[in-house]
Amino acid sequence: MPADPSTTSILPLVAILVSMLVVPAILLSGRRPNLREGWTFAAAGVKFVCVLLLLPAALRGASTSLTLFELAPGVGLSLVADPLGVYFALVASGLWIVTSVYSIGYMRGHGEKKQTRFFASFALSLSATLGVAFAGNLLTFILFYELLTLATYPLVVHKESPQALRSARMYLAYALTAGLLLVVAAGWIFARTGTLDFAPGGIIAEGVFSDGELKVLFMLLITGVGVKAGIMPLHSWLPAAMVAPTPVSALLHAVAVVKSGAFGILRVVGFIFGPALMSGQGLDVILAGFAGATILLASIIALRQDNLKKRLAYSTIGHLSYIALGAALLAPGALTGSILHLSAHAVMKITLFFCAGAIQVHAHRSEISSFNGLGRAMPWTFGAFAIGSLGLAGIPPVNGFISKWWLCLGSLESGRDIALGVFLLSGLLNAAYFFPIVIRAFFLPPDAAGDAHPVRGEASPWMVAPLCVTATLAVVFGLFPDFPLPFFELAKGIVQSIVAGSSPSPAG
Amino acid sequence: MSSHLPLPVLLTFFGAALFMPLAGLVHRRAPWVVAVAGSLLAGGFALFGLLHVAGHGEVRYSVGNWDPPFGIELVADPLSVFMLVVLAVIAAATLIHSREPVEREVAARPALYYASALIMLGGFAGIVSTGDLFNLYVFLEIAALASYALLGANGPRSAVAAFRYLILGTIGASFYLIGVGFIFIETGSLNIADVRAIIEVVGLTVPIGVGAAFMVAGIAVKFALVPFHQWLPDAYTEAPSSSTALVAPIGTKVAAYVLIRLMLDLFPGERIESALHLREILGVLGAIGILWGSIMAIPQTNLKRMLAYSSVAQVGYIALGIGLGTAYGLIGAVLHILNHACMKSCLFLVSSNLETKGRGVKIGDFDASLRRDMPVSSAAFAVAALSMIGLPPTAGFFSKWYLLLGSYEEGRWFFIATIIASSLLNAVYFFRILERMYLGGGDEPARRERTRGAALLATPAAALAVGLLLLGFGNAYLVSEFIFPIVSGP
Repeated sequence: MPADPSTTSILPLVAILVSMLVVPAILLSGRRPNLREGWTFAAAGVKFVCVLLLLPAALRGASTSLTLFELAPGVGLSLVADPLGVYFALVASGLWIVTSVYSIGYMRGHGEKKQTRFFASFALSLSATLGVAFAGNLLTFILFYELLTLATYPLVVHKESPQALRSARMYLAYALTAGLLLVVAAGWIFARTGTLDFAPGGIIAEGVFSDGELKVLFMLLITGVGVKAGIMPLHSWLPAAMVAPTPVSALLHAVAVVKSGAFGILRVVGFIFGPALMSGQGLDVILAGFAGATILLASIIALRQDNLKKRLAYSTIGHLSYIALGAALLAPGALTGSILHLSAHAVMKITLFFCAGAIQVHAHRSEISSFNGLGRAMPWTFGAFAIGSLGLAGIPPVNGFISKWWLCLGSLESGRDIALGVFLLSGLLNAAYFFPIVIRAFFLPPDAAGDAHPVRGEASPWMVAPLCVTATLAVVFGLFPDFPLPFFELAKGIVQSIVAGSSPSPAG
Repeated sequence: MSSHLPLPVLLTFFGAALFMPLAGLVHRRAPWVVAVAGSLLAGGFALFGLLHVAGHGEVRYSVGNWDPPFGIELVADPLSVFMLVVLAVIAAATLIHSREPVEREVAARPALYYASALIMLGGFAGIVSTGDLFNLYVFLEIAALASYALLGANGPRSAVAAFRYLILGTIGASFYLIGVGFIFIETGSLNIADVRAIIEVVGLTVPIGVGAAFMVAGIAVKFALVPFHQWLPDAYTEAPSSSTALVAPIGTKVAAYVLIRLMLDLFPGERIESALHLREILGVLGAIGILWGSIMAIPQTNLKRMLAYSSVAQVGYIALGIGLGTAYGLIGAVLHILNHACMKSCLFLVSSNLETKGRGVKIGDFDASLRRDMPVSSAAFAVAALSMIGLPPTAGFFSKWYLLLGSYEEGRWFFIATIIASSLLNAVYFFRILERMYLGGGDEPARRERTRGAALLATPAAALAVGLLLLGFGNAYLVSEFIFPIVSGP
C-alpha cells in the first residue's frame, strides 16, 4: 500500500477550538438565553462543517495533521485527523447539532437552573471530545481525555443534590484514576520506545518489553480507557451519572464520553499494540474475556432496572463492550463491526435517551412500570423508541443490524465461536429488556395513576423533532450504510490500514 | 554589567532594604513602592542574567577582586540564574499584592516589615549565587533571621511558631556549618569548585563523608523534608498572610537549590553515593514526605495549614527527583521548583486575599458566595488546584511527567506508585474546596462591594494562574533552553 502523504492544515485545530472559544461568549450572554443558544448552534455548525471538510482526505486513507509545538521534549501537541479520528469526530459533532436542539426543549421544558453553566460545559466537552478524536499521540490523547473529565464534571453535578454530588465524586474518582493510569503507561512506553505517536498496526516493537511487562502495560492502558468505556468492573460511575440532565446522558453518556473510552480501546489495540502483538501475547483473550462478560452481565442487570435511564445506562455498558469485544477479536470483519458499532450505537442510543427525556419532561415519569398506555398519547416518541430498540437488538433494517452482522462474521473469521454466542445471546437479552417497554406503552391500558393524571399529546417539538431525526437516521444508515455519510467505507479503510501496518512486511 | 552578573540582583534587594527607614518617613505607602520597585528591578536583572547565561555561558565574579579559592566568588551559572528568576518573580507577585494585607496585619511599621522582606530576599539571592560554602552559610543565616521576623509579626501565636522555626532552623544551619568545618579540615578550601577538584584527588575520606552527611541533614531541616518538617505547618499557619505567601513558595525552594548544588557539584559520582547513599535516602524520604504530607493535608480545617502540609508533600517531589539523580529526575526536580513556587504562591495569595477581605481561612466557611464575590481569585485558585493535582496541560503535570520518566529509567516502581497516589490525594483535598466554592448558590448577581486595592489583590494571583498554563505549554522550551544545561553540566 503506498504511503499516504499527510497534509498539514489547521482544520483539526479549528474543529477542536471552535466550541472552546464560544465558552466565554456563552458565559457572558447568560442573561439572554436565545443569544446564548445561538452561540451553541454556531459552534456546532462550524464544527460539523470542519469535520466534513476533513472527510475527503480521510476517505482516501490520508490524514490531515498539525503539530503545534512540543508538549514535552520528544512529544508534540499533535493533532492528526486520520480516518478513525474523523469517523469518531463525525459522529460526535453531527449528533451535537441534534442534541443542541433537544437541550433547549429539555432544559427550558424542565425549568432547569444554571443553564448557562450547562451550555458552557457542554461546548467545552465537545472540544475535548474532538481533541480525543484528533489526538496524534498518547500524551495529547491524555490531555484531552482529562479535559473531558473536567468539562463533564459540572454536567454530572448539575442538580447539586446530595445524590448528584455523590455521583460526581464517584465519576471524578474513577476518571481521574483512569487518567493517571494512562499517564503511567505513557511514561513507560516513552521511556522504553522514545515515541508515543499512534501508528496503524502499533508502535511497540517485539522485545522492548518483556512478556510480563507487556501484560501489565496492556492492563494499565485498558483500565485507563476502559473506565470511560464502562468495561466491568469499572462501570459503576456510569449508572450513577444518570443523575445528570438527560441531554447529557444522551450525548455524553451514550456518545461522546463513553465512546472516547471505546475509541481509546481501538487506539490501544490498533495503534499502540497492533493485532500481531496482541495475539502473540494473548492480550486479546484478556480483553475479550472482560468485554464478553460485561456484555452478558450488563444485559442481565438491565433486565432488572425499573428506572428507564438506569436501564439505558446498563444497556450502554453492554453495547460499549461490543466495540471492545470486536476489537479484541482482531479479525478484519470484527474490527469493521466494532468501528461501525461506534456510530450505530451512538445514533440508536441517543434516540432512546431523547425519548426517556421527553417522557420525563412531558409525562413526568421515569419508572418503566408507570409507562402503561403512554404510547397512545406520545406515538412519535414511542415509535422512535421502538426503532431504537429494534436496532439495538440487531434486527434489520435498522443500522444496529449491520454492525452486528460484521461482528458476528468477525467472530467466525477469528474462530472464536463463543464470541458469536455472546453476540447472539445479547441480542435476545436486548429484546427482552427493550420490547416490554414498547409493548407496555402501546398495548397495555393506562393504570390507575395514569387515569388520575392523563398525559395528552406529545412533548414540545424541540424534543420530538430531534428524536425523530435520529430514529430516521438509524433506519437510513441501516438501509444505505454509506448514505448520507460514508461510515462503512471509512471503517473498511481504517481496518485495512491497521491490518497492513501490523503485517510483518513493512507496508511502506 | 554582565561580568558582575549575580551582584546587581543582590545589591538591588539589599539596597532597597537600606532605603526602607527613609521611605517610611516620606509616606505611609512609600515602603511598599520601594519594595515593589526593588523586586521588579531585581527581576529585570535576573531575567537578563538568565538570557545572558543561556547565550554566553556562566559568569564568575570575584568579590573585591580576591581570586578564588581565597576570595569569595559569585557564580551565575544556569542553575543560579534560574533560581534568581524564580525568586524575583515570586517576590514581585507577592510584594505587589502585599499592600492591603500588610496595612491590615502589621499596620504599625510597614517600613520594618518590608525591610525584613527585602533582606530575606537578598539573603536568598545570595545563597543561590555564591560559589563559597561558608558564604552560603552566612546568607542562610541572614535570610533565616529576616524570615523569623516576617513569620512572627502576627501576634503571640505566630511568635511562638516562629520561635520553634528559629530553633529548628538554627539547628539545621549549625549542622550545615559543622559539615562545612569537616570539609574545610580535609580540603583546606571553601570554594565549591575548588573543594570538588580536591575531593576528586584525595578521594572520599572519613571527614568528607561526615561533612557531607552533616551538610545534607542540616539543609534537609530547612527543606522541611520528612521527618524534619514539623516546624513548617505551624510557622506558615500562624504567620501574617503576606509573609506566608512570600516565604512559603521560595523558602523551601532555596534549600532545594542547596541540595541540588551539593549533590550535583560537590558530591557527584557513584563513589560517594555507594558509600553514603545520600541520594537513596533523599529519594525515599521524599517519597514518604509526598505521602505523609498529602495524607495530613486531607483532614485540615484551616486552608493555610492544608496548603502547608501540601508543601511538605511537594518538597518531597523535589527530593525524589534529586534522589533519582538521572537527567530526567533532575529536570523534574528543577522544573518542580519553578512550578511549585508558582502554584503555591498563587494558592497562598488567594488565601491572603480571603483573610484581607475578612473571609477567614476556615475551609468549613467556604461557600458559593466566594465565587460570586471574588471571581478572579476563585478562578486562580481553581487553576492552581488543578495544577497541584497534576492535570495536563497545567504546569504541575509536566514536573510529574519528568519524574515519572526518571523513575522508569531507574526502575523505581515505589516512586511511580507514590506519584500516582499523591495525585489522587491531592484531588481529594482540593476538590473538597472547589466543590464548596463552585457548587450551591443560585444565579443571583454579585454583590458590588468595593474593597480597597481589590485589583492589587487579585491581579498577581490571576497572573500566576495564567503563568501556570503558559508554563505547562512552554515547558518543552524551558527544559531544553534553560534546565537541560543545568543537569548536563557545562
